[in-house]
Amino acid sequence: MTLKLGVPSKGRLMEKTFDWFGARGVRLSRSGSEREYAARVEGAEGLELVLLSAGEIPRELGAGRIHLGVTGSDLVREALAGWDRRVAEVERLGFGHADLVIAVPRCWIDVDTLDDLDAAAAAFRAAHGHRLRIATKYHRLVREFLRDHGVADYLLVDSQGATEGTVKNETAEAVADITSTGETLRANHLKILSDGLVHQSQATLFRARMADWDDAARATLRALTARLGVADATD
Amino acid sequence: MTLAPDRLTAAETARLMARFEAAGAVPVDAPMLLPAETLLDLYGEDIRGRAYVTRDPVAGELMLRPDFTVPVVQMHMASGAEPARYAYAGTVFRMQEAGSDRPNEYAQVGFELFDGGDAAAAEAEVFALFSDMLAPLDLRAATGDMGLLMAAVGGLRTSAARKAALLRHVWRPRRFRALLDRFCGRTPVPEARAALLARVAAGEDVMVDAGPVIGLRGADEIARRVAALAADAAEPPIAPRERALLDDLMAIEETAPNALEHLRDLAVDLPAIRPAVERMAARIEALRARGVNVDALDFEASFGRTALEYYDGFVFGFYVPGRPDLPPVATGGRYDAVTRVLGGGRAIPAVGGVIRPALTAELGGTA
Repeated sequence: MTLKLGVPSKGRLMEKTFDWFGARGVRLSRSGSEREYAARVEGAEGLELVLLSAGEIPRELGAGRIHLGVTGSDLVREALAGWDRRVAEVERLGFGHADLVIAVPRCWIDVDTLDDLDAAAAAFRAAHGHRLRIATKYHRLVREFLRDHGVADYLLVDSQGATEGTVKNETAEAVADITSTGETLRANHLKILSDGLVHQSQATLFRARMADWDDAARATLRALTARLGVADATD
Repeated sequence: MTLAPDRLTAAETARLMARFEAAGAVPVDAPMLLPAETLLDLYGEDIRGRAYVTRDPVAGELMLRPDFTVPVVQMHMASGAEPARYAYAGTVFRMQEAGSDRPNEYAQVGFELFDGGDAAAAEAEVFALFSDMLAPLDLRAATGDMGLLMAAVGGLRTSAARKAALLRHVWRPRRFRALLDRFCGRTPVPEARAALLARVAAGEDVMVDAGPVIGLRGADEIARRVAALAADAAEPPIAPRERALLDDLMAIEETAPNALEHLRDLAVDLPAIRPAVERMAARIEALRARGVNVDALDFEASFGRTALEYYDGFVFGFYVPGRPDLPPVATGGRYDAVTRVLGGGRAIPAVGGVIRPALTAELGGTA
């Protein structure tokens, strides 16, 4: 049977993924017209390329509908509960770097650590009658991080875009968002807590533990990992 | 875990309910869908990781009931008179950690006692009832008392702000310890805070280069906390002797009478815990009077600090010896603090507990 490899269907993440595989002798490309999501593989036997939105790859990996997939490690950790039981990291690809961080207004001169955030949240709740709101789209990652660090009296509010603007718009008091340079945060008068790094994400090649790993699929994976020069990650 | 067949669980549930009713409880029911807001206000955002959330277009966010405590307390506060005893049975829903084989929905049978009279007698009544009912199963009982640690914190020779911060985290042991280490001077003041306080001490305008004030948290709130930080920095550390007494207290794990002796010794140096120690002594006597073998009853001073339910006094649990893989068969305790939050400041002394009938049925049944 063919081994299904899920790769982001557009943008820089797709191009960088194609480059990464190409540099290792496996040429991935889109075939057909610009609008058609068909793809071609050269240099690896038995490998089928499946183009998917980066956000859907974790779900497909988790369900085992694809054998391998390239996506951000943040997306896998957020989308899959108990992610490391359902997928294995084959290789970190060294691009698509982004940090999920907790940031607060720069004018909060009294808040630099999670300890401060927790204390400020307690005072905020007493003063305003509701919990301190943190805008994010990474609910699971942020909640687990704050729970592990014993932060209380906060409320996660969903923000699927323009998260950095929520504080100015007074729909949240703080944010938990992805940043690579911190430029957007700074432009919106926000600062990162000194111990507020939730997850350092990068594009990663994952293997689905739940996929159908018959002998042929295993053999294809062995040949592919040898070609790519990465560790054979079969269980 | 293999679950007892539903039929056995149902029969066991009926037996347990009959025992609770024979003990004077009025059977009550509760909705399965609860307003999420109430539970979130009580337990915080962490509950989202433990309870199932769903949405209603009109009622907003709802939770599949993670326990009966909240609806029973609300029902009692709306209409009940003291003393009151309630019994209930039904399914509760708890999300489990990935990889856990514990069920995410299971039956619970519970008993709640609202009584503003003799606290020791109320606690002994509930514990003795559970102990009697579970006696055929040869379980290990563990008890504790959150009131001791809370009283000890209240008696520390330090600022009210520090005590309040510690009490707020009494149910989060890791954060509690980190705060305690800071207040004892065991961990250094974070760099950014030290720099800020140095500027404040030098009389600088610390807001001058802080950028625009954005968001709902105003400049006045920021200034108040800066002042609080400066006051805290001027506060002397909690004395090592006091810290040692607190560590000693939290580490107590002995039989109830030995723990009581140990606590009476500690109370010589920690007089603030005396009333709580005397309440424990009264409870032990009340338990003895009800026929509980207190000489063999385990007492652990830190028991109850990580439970979902915010117990704030006597706590207990019943466990299958040698089976740490199984959840507790029964748990319970005093939760006056929960009633205070739900009652908007009006607290009702409350003690209660729950049993897992599927587990007791599997262990051979209580009758």
